[in-house]
Amino acid sequence: MTDQTASQTETAAPRAPLSERFGKWVPYLLVPVFLILGYLLIGSGPTWATLTLAGLAMGMMIFVMASGLTLVFGLMDILNFGHGAFISIGAFVGATVLLSAGGWTGADSVLLNLGAVLPAMLAAMMVAGGLGYVFERVIVRPVYGAHLKQILVTMGGLIVAEELIRLIWGPDAIPLPRPEAFTGAWIFGMVAIEKYRVYSVILGLIIFLALLWVLGRTRTGLLIRAGVENGEMVEALGYRIRLIFILVFVAGSALAGLGGVMWGLYEQIITAQMGLDVLVLVFIVVIIGGLGSVHGCFIGALLVGLLANYTGYLMPKLALGSNILLMVAVLMWRPQGLLPINKQ
Amino acid sequence: MPEPLLRLEGVHTHIGQYHILQGVDLDVPAGGLTMLLGRNGAGKTTTLRSIMGLWNPSQGRVVFDGTEIGGMGTADIARLGLAYVPENMGLFGNLTVQENMVLAARKGPMDNARLDWIFELFPALKKFWRLPAGNLSGGQKQMLAIARAISEPRRLLLIDEPTKGLAPSIVEALIEAFLDLKRSETTILLVEQNFRMACAVGDSVAVMDDGQIVHTGAMSELAENEALQQRLLGLSLDTHQ
Repeated sequence: MTDQTASQTETAAPRAPLSERFGKWVPYLLVPVFLILGYLLIGSGPTWATLTLAGLAMGMMIFVMASGLTLVFGLMDILNFGHGAFISIGAFVGATVLLSAGGWTGADSVLLNLGAVLPAMLAAMMVAGGLGYVFERVIVRPVYGAHLKQILVTMGGLIVAEELIRLIWGPDAIPLPRPEAFTGAWIFGMVAIEKYRVYSVILGLIIFLALLWVLGRTRTGLLIRAGVENGEMVEALGYRIRLIFILVFVAGSALAGLGGVMWGLYEQIITAQMGLDVLVLVFIVVIIGGLGSVHGCFIGALLVGLLANYTGYLMPKLALGSNILLMVAVLMWRPQGLLPINKQ
Repeated sequence: MPEPLLRLEGVHTHIGQYHILQGVDLDVPAGGLTMLLGRNGAGKTTTLRSIMGLWNPSQGRVVFDGTEIGGMGTADIARLGLAYVPENMGLFGNLTVQENMVLAARKGPMDNARLDWIFELFPALKKFWRLPAGNLSGGQKQMLAIARAISEPRRLLLIDEPTKGLAPSIVEALIEAFLDLKRSETTILLVEQNFRMACAVGDSVAVMDDGQIVHTGAMSELAENEALQQRLLGLSLDTHQ
């Protein structure tokens, strides 16, 4: 390259406009804004703290369930309503392990409690992940590129999974008591901090950070991020995108299974249709965050959790629709979601 | 006469109900730069995409170095040593320049000497190494797209209209880069609308019209023959200099 042309290409500063650069960070400010607004509207510090922790815990659990779905959406362009099946199945498999370790869950020992909870979570992830693999091959693969068929077929898969759960575990709801170390609360003055919610927040954060590490620091993560943007080009670079699809689908299903156990322990009761019930919130989070965006999904989940708890206290009649209103507001502001991925 | 590195024999490609390629016959000799010229809609992009397996030919043969690649998956074709730079560059805008390059070097960490050579070709990439590719200017994006294609030694580069929408100074830079690439004996099939660039870098030329190859020969021959240019491309060299 000649010196002249080289310098010309070098000096062109590739800076986005100020509004664009600033606008990129605005979604990250929404969570603190929600926290401040919540405090101002609720008025009572202890109540606000309790509701905030509940909201964050709920948000983290939804994030765990939604993070896989957003990658599946972004990478494979698949509308997978069957995701709810993995949530339910994860909850039931986890419950089976926990209930069969009754002595350990009831023991007054953190180690024994963890000895029951961790295998329950692992079993839920393995079964949900394995079923995710079968689901992708048998149900999803034949309908790639056909959105209407995807909705019908994956919804059908969800219904079949629910009926299978009723067949295996029976039609009734199953109570799922939390292990001893996860019950109760820590009291700080007027504030009661429920232990399980704290653990949920910590686990959700760990999963979020782990996902960021995988996506940002590993070659597989790079491929997933690249595939979300332009799968065809990933293929043209010599990578078999189908293998990445399967990996993401299985990982997303496993995370949904983990989320199912967390949600089951949160509600302390599990039903065959719990996956479908939570799926509405999961879809709202995925849409608010921007399809394929893990960061957006995380922020969206926290907003949904906080809003559900704040409105549940301030305006109970509005609680049910508050998240729909949030989604409408976000989409009017940013039609592609809070942190959209620029797909090609 | 030596066997060409790439040969297309009677290739037909349909996109939906449209019959785009209608029997393309094309030879790309090893070690040279073959220009693929033609009016808009002639089928140039479809030809490149058919070679890469991004659109499967419905009929005909695509043979790369003796191996039939028509109908193979795109990843498998790429693994044979073909690299593709699409018209829209196909960059991953949310990934940094470095991450784009790391992904392109599929066989492992990039060779430092090769990276230095790429930085010599495109100095801007070194400067913006850790910047998201989406933040680069149009010319820098094009340079990154080509750099990504040559991040590992390739046997054949397929490049689709790299100068489209670029300032003349950037086009000059790209011409220099292509001349350097030619010196490295990389085989290139280059689709281009910029006739001046075609004359500057092309060794041989194939002209397409209505989904068929209507002329093949030496680029210098077409550059010197204005009547032929008028007939094949509807232009004269003077108006495009």
